Amino acid sequence: MTRVVHEFAATVPRWSPYVTPVELDKATPEQRDAMQITPSSKGISPYVLTLAHDPESLKVRSPLFNTIMYGKGGLSSAERELGAVAASIVNSCVYCVAVHAARFNQLTKRPEVMETIFAGGVEAELEDHHQAIFDFAVKLSQSPPAAGPAEIAALRDIGLSEIEILDLILSASIFGWANRLMHTLGEPVRD
Amino acid sequence: MQVKHHSCMPVWSPILPGKDEMTLIENLAGVRASTPLSDALAQRTEIMGLSQASHDAVLLPRDPGGLSHAERAALAARMAGWNADPALVAHYRELLAQAGETPALAAVASGELVASPAVEARFAAIIRHADLLTRRTRDARKEDITALIAAGVTEPDIVRLAELAAFVNYQARVIAGLRLLGAAA
Repeated sequence: MTRVVHEFAATVPRWSPYVTPVELDKATPEQRDAMQITPSSKGISPYVLTLAHDPESLKVRSPLFNTIMYGKGGLSSAERELGAVAASIVNSCVYCVAVHAARFNQLTKRPEVMETIFAGGVEAELEDHHQAIFDFAVKLSQSPPAAGPAEIAALRDIGLSEIEILDLILSASIFGWANRLMHTLGEPVRD
Repeated sequence: MQVKHHSCMPVWSPILPGKDEMTLIENLAGVRASTPLSDALAQRTEIMGLSQASHDAVLLPRDPGGLSHAERAALAARMAGWNADPALVAHYRELLAQAGETPALAAVASGELVASPAVEARFAAIIRHADLLTRRTRDARKEDITALIAAGVTEPDIVRLAELAAFVNYQARVIAGLRLLGAAA
């Protein structure tokens, strides 16, 4: 039986949309282009098919997301994932948390960090380095954004450079975008 | 600050900034030249350019569907207000003026309550949803989508609205972060 997932975890559920996704064989050329469909494309996810309702946004958001999360240099991949998870905890995007907690675990082999975050939520107590990154991303993700000079100073204290802090701002912020799609247009389920 | 438009192009064309031009986000964040922050941003020009293109895709789309450019600008100004960013509000008020401001849309932009005879039920539902996605994202439920559909909002417009709200909230956070980083240099 299918059930909706409400708990934070690092095992990735299935995403079930609240609106009817675009049918692949009825997609317009513009929608197909935005979904980056090639002759070798196999399963296009329900999420991408849902976003194909607005191909102009999808076409620019996909490369923006990938460049922020997977671009070269600057903040480490694991720390970008930590920023992504912090935003997703604030916005309660269970699906986003699962995907990016799993990536963090894969990169760091330290699942206890995410276990602490799942248990403590935005109040989670972490080691200093992770704490500074997590707290900044949590505060930036609040509405309105609540990060201030103290959180920036904490990032400098743990030794982050200008571009590393810039990358953290970007990775937390792009999840302010992703969470508002994933958490509001569908729900995580287990079959 | 005005969005840059090349005179030879229609207003809706996505404009990528030139090499030495600052994007909207950098302008609104007050990024100063020859600072550690401007040096860091010089390594992230692709991201800033894609952010600018995203702005144009959600505020000035070629196919706006059931959300006109003026309605989008009014909603964006409202959401910028919830994000406590007067400079971003001013930018969207200017876009609203360019697209054709009405008294009802001006009220929407300034964050006023929407229970007005001047606002049809469908648009009132859209405003409520934009507020939810901006102020209480975590509380969004399946029932909120059901309510939009019941108010006559189409499924493609629900996705367009989510992208608009999501973008403005992304943009407001990048601007807030850059201001902090620039000030702390």
